[in-house]
Amino acid sequence: MSNIPHLLVHAHEDNVGVVVVEGLEAGTEMFCCVTHDNSTFTLTAGADVPIGHKIALKDLKVGDTMIKYGEDIGKVVADVAKGGHVHTHNAKTKRW
Amino acid sequence: MSSKYSNITFHGFRRENGRVGVRNHVIILPVDDISNAACEAVANNVKGTMAIPHAYGRLQFGEDLEVHFRTIIGTGANPNVAAVVVIGIEPGWTKRIADGIRLTGKPVAEFSIEQKGDFETIRAASWAAKEFVHHATEMQREECSISELWVSTKCGESDTTTGLGSCPTVGNMYDKLLPEGITGFFGETSEITGAEHICQKRAINEEVGNRWYKMWKAYQDDVIFAHQTDDLSDSQPTKGNILGGLTTIEEKALGNLEKIGRTSQFIDILEPAEAPKSGNGLYFMDSSSAAAECVTLMAAGGAVIHTFPTGQGNVVGNPIVPVIKITANPRTIRTMAEHVDVDVSGILRRDMTIDEAGDSLIEMIRRTANGRNTAAEALGHREFSMTKLYRSA
Repeated sequence: MSNIPHLLVHAHEDNVGVVVVEGLEAGTEMFCCVTHDNSTFTLTAGADVPIGHKIALKDLKVGDTMIKYGEDIGKVVADVAKGGHVHTHNAKTKRW
Repeated sequence: MSSKYSNITFHGFRRENGRVGVRNHVIILPVDDISNAACEAVANNVKGTMAIPHAYGRLQFGEDLEVHFRTIIGTGANPNVAAVVVIGIEPGWTKRIADGIRLTGKPVAEFSIEQKGDFETIRAASWAAKEFVHHATEMQREECSISELWVSTKCGESDTTTGLGSCPTVGNMYDKLLPEGITGFFGETSEITGAEHICQKRAINEEVGNRWYKMWKAYQDDVIFAHQTDDLSDSQPTKGNILGGLTTIEEKALGNLEKIGRTSQFIDILEPAEAPKSGNGLYFMDSSSAAAECVTLMAAGGAVIHTFPTGQGNVVGNPIVPVIKITANPRTIRTMAEHVDVDVSGILRRDMTIDEAGDSLIEMIRRTANGRNTAAEALGHREFSMTKLYRSA
């Protein structure tokens, strides 16, 4: 792959992706790659997001399920706009 | 069926019971916490030995005591250990542990402190330790098949890069080497939560899968739901996991399970520190997700090399088993390079495939088995942590 991706997504069903570069700034036109088949797309980062943290691939509403690896990884507890930072401030486990 | 991995060999130490080790330690092993000082004194007297101090061993009972005995005996029995000096406060449990290790056929000497004191015990044990060092240092490595390796895995200070890179690297290694006849261990019972439906299906058959689910569910009911004071959101995931971008236990569990690859199936489940009895293959060990506790249990079960994916940079090692650190996180490589054995950050840049990463790990396993010290060994990380199931009597 000629371009180094900013964001990796495990599966096409996922609604969150992972930032894989340091120092990502809001407004960056991210080069994104779905690792399942190496297909690519672009998305604008809505916030400064640290490496390893997640970004919403679509608008997420309270009560929505976060999907990663094509699986349920928890619930959205505060609305997040497409491109926004998804973490403990707006998402939570469904267990325990 | 032959593959390009079938002909891999390494030079290891063949023990009296036929198992193969990749290190040649002479250890001074305390039965209990109050014998640590005598063990450390012996290790100080006799160069080339290592004391393995720990926190427990008095007034334990029931299953908690069984885990203690299995862990101490398993540590002495591990093929990375050439010979063992056992020291306890009294002769009863000391003999039980020494006899347990003797089943391997390796040299074992036992000493108890009561009615002698530390000085006399240290004097006598030092003589035995010195003889064991002469014995061990004359042993030669011999060529062994890759199939004779027992390789464990557990990840730590995970983040989202472990699920993308370092855990699938370990999974790829298992997918390639389990068919060659290696024995593997994975575990971390609480950390399958959110991926239990997938893990259960990776059992070799329904019976093993059902037993696995029962074990996993028992931990949820008897430990987490019985003792939780909150949603565990600061403990599992850990603060380090959260700093690294992991938000929930489900997300962490799905990344964790990448360590068993795409095709590997587990053939049986093990109690903490239990040695496999069902032949070559992959085993799930009921174990904590805390790094030192888990690596200690798997080493006691007989693993001779541990593969450890990390994201944020867990620095754990083990006194008797080399711990190979694998990371895909470029920030961790930039800031903590002295702890990293295998750099798979190319997976995140998409200039390294999982297949290539798996091959690079297999090569590092081979070199480590031949004697290359890991980063954790070079840095002196010897964390030995006993699993405690409940309060002592």
